[in-house]
Amino acid sequence: MSMVTFNRHGVWAIYRFEMARALRTLWQSLVTPVITTSLYFIVFGAAIGARMTEVDGVAYGAFIVPGLIMLALFTQSIFNASFGIFFPKFTGTIYEILSAPISPFEIVLAYVGAAATKSMALGLIILATASLFVSIQILHPLWMIAFLVLTAATFSLFGFIIGIWSKGFEQLQFIPMLIVTPLTFLGGAFYSIDMLPPAWRTTALFNPVVYLISGFRWSFYGTSDVSVELSLAMTLGFFALCLVVVGWMFKTGYRLKN
Amino acid sequence: MSVAPPAVVSISNLSKTYASGLEALKTVDLEIRKGEIFALLGPNGAGKTTLISIVCGIVTPSTGTVTVDGHDILRDYRAARSKVGLVPQELTTDAFETVRATVTFSRGLFGKAPDPAFIEKLLRDLSLWEKRETKLKELSGGMKRRVMIAKALSHEPGILFLDEPSAGVDVELRHDMWAMVRGLRDSGVTIILTTHYIDEAEEMADRIGVISKGELILVEEKAVLMKKLGRKQLTLNLTQPMAAIPPELADWNLELKAKGWELEYSFDTNAESTGIPSLLKQMNDLAIGFKDLNTRQSSLEDIFVSLVSDRTGGKR
Repeated sequence: MSMVTFNRHGVWAIYRFEMARALRTLWQSLVTPVITTSLYFIVFGAAIGARMTEVDGVAYGAFIVPGLIMLALFTQSIFNASFGIFFPKFTGTIYEILSAPISPFEIVLAYVGAAATKSMALGLIILATASLFVSIQILHPLWMIAFLVLTAATFSLFGFIIGIWSKGFEQLQFIPMLIVTPLTFLGGAFYSIDMLPPAWRTTALFNPVVYLISGFRWSFYGTSDVSVELSLAMTLGFFALCLVVVGWMFKTGYRLKN
Repeated sequence: MSVAPPAVVSISNLSKTYASGLEALKTVDLEIRKGEIFALLGPNGAGKTTLISIVCGIVTPSTGTVTVDGHDILRDYRAARSKVGLVPQELTTDAFETVRATVTFSRGLFGKAPDPAFIEKLLRDLSLWEKRETKLKELSGGMKRRVMIAKALSHEPGILFLDEPSAGVDVELRHDMWAMVRGLRDSGVTIILTTHYIDEAEEMADRIGVISKGELILVEEKAVLMKKLGRKQLTLNLTQPMAAIPPELADWNLELKAKGWELEYSFDTNAESTGIPSLLKQMNDLAIGFKDLNTRQSSLEDIFVSLVSDRTGGKR
C-alpha cells in the first residue's frame, strides 16, 4: 500500500463542509455586508463625505473603500475561522478530526482556506457594492489581490487561534470586539493618519492595522501612509507569527488534546 | 489451546495524567488480537474512554507506546489512524448535516476517495438509507447512534472501537447492534468495545479486560474467566427449618438462608469433585430432608463485583 503523504480527500472534505455551512446561510452571508456597506456610504460617503475635502487627491467616498473592505476582511476572516474550529470543539464533533489521518498543517489549510475564501468573496462583493456609489480605480490590481489574499489568510489564521483558545462564546467574541474593531477604526480606515496630530500619528504607527490598510489603499490609489514594502513586511510578519502560534498549539495539543 | 493470533493493537507502559492532575491511567499493557471482540469492562471513570482516546489519537499519552497494525500511533499516525474507526460514547453530530453528507464527509476525512456505492451499501446495512437526506437533528437517539457507526465504518477500517455502544439505546437496537458487531467480526474486523453492562461483555466478547481506577486488573478469555472464577451454588429447600448447621456437615461450605429453610452450598466448578453426592448422603444419614434443589452458576457480574471489591478492600 502506498503511503499517503498528503490527505487531499481530508482537506477537501473539511473545506467543503465549511463552505456548505456558509451556503446554508447564504442570505445572511451576503445581505448583511451589502447593507452595512451601503449604510457606511450613506453616512460617510454622502452625508459627511460631501462636506469633506479630498484626501491625498482622492474623493473621500472613494478613499474609504479600501478601509471598508479591510474592515470586513478582518472581522469576517476572524469570525469564520474562529467559529469554524470552535463549533466542533463546542459540540464535540472535533473527535473525528483529531482521530483522522490528517496532519495539523492539512487541518489548518482546510479551515483557514475556507474562511479566507469566504471573506475574500465578501471583500469582492463589498467592492462591487461600493462601485455603485463611487468611482473606484485600482492602479495595481495584482498587488490588490496579493494584499487581499494575504490579509484574508493572516486573519483567518488569527481567527483559528482564537477559536482554539476560546473556552466559550464570550471569549470567541472578546478579541474581535475589544481589539480588532478598535484597531481598525483607529488604523486609518476612514482617514489618512497624516490627518492626526503629530503625537497621535506616532502612536498610530504601533498599530499593525495601519500597515495593512495603507498597503491595500496604495494598490488602489497609489498613495499610502507608510511605504508599501513596510506594509508587506508587517503583513508577512503577522502571518508568520500566527503560523508559529498554531504550530505550537498542535505540537502541545493546547486546548485540543488535553 | 490454539496459538493466539498476532496482535493488531499493542499497548505498552501506557499512562495518562491530565493537565488537571487527574491520573486517568496508571500503567497499562495490553495486546488486542486480530479478529477478536475484546470487551473492556469497568465502572464509570475507570479510564476506559481515556484508553480508547489515546489509541485513536484524541488524547496524547503521558508515557508509553501504542502500535496499530505495526504503526506507532504518534510517529506513524497516518497509517495507524487510517486503520481505525471510532464510535464515541456521546452522540455528537453536526445538527444541520444530512445523514449521507456526514457519512461521506467522514470517508473523505480519513483520506479515502469518494465511493457513493459503498456509502449506499453501508447506509442500507444500518437501515439508514430511507433517512439519507434527513438532517441529523431530526433523528432519534437510536438513529443517531447508527449514523455514528456508519461514520466510523465509512473508511472501511480494520479495527473498530465502540465506546459504550449501548448507552441510551433501546433493547431492539441493542440486539441489532450485537448482530452487526458479530457480522463485522466475521468479515475480519477487530472490535474493541467498552461497556459497564456486564451482560454485553458476556454476550459478545471473546476476551475481557477489567479496568478499575486506571489499572487493567485482569485480561482473560471470557470462557476461561467464567470457568476460573465461576462458582456454583446448590440451594436445598428443607422440609424442616434448621437453627444451626450441624457439626457433622462442617466439611462443606454451607450457609443457612431464608430463616433456616434453605441450605446453600457453594462449590468450585474446577474442583476434582463437587462434593454434592457425599453431602447428600451425609444429610440422608442425619435425616435432614429437602423437598427441592437447584444450582446456579455465578455470572460475569458476580465475578466483576468480587474483583473490584477485592481490590478496593485490599487497598484499605
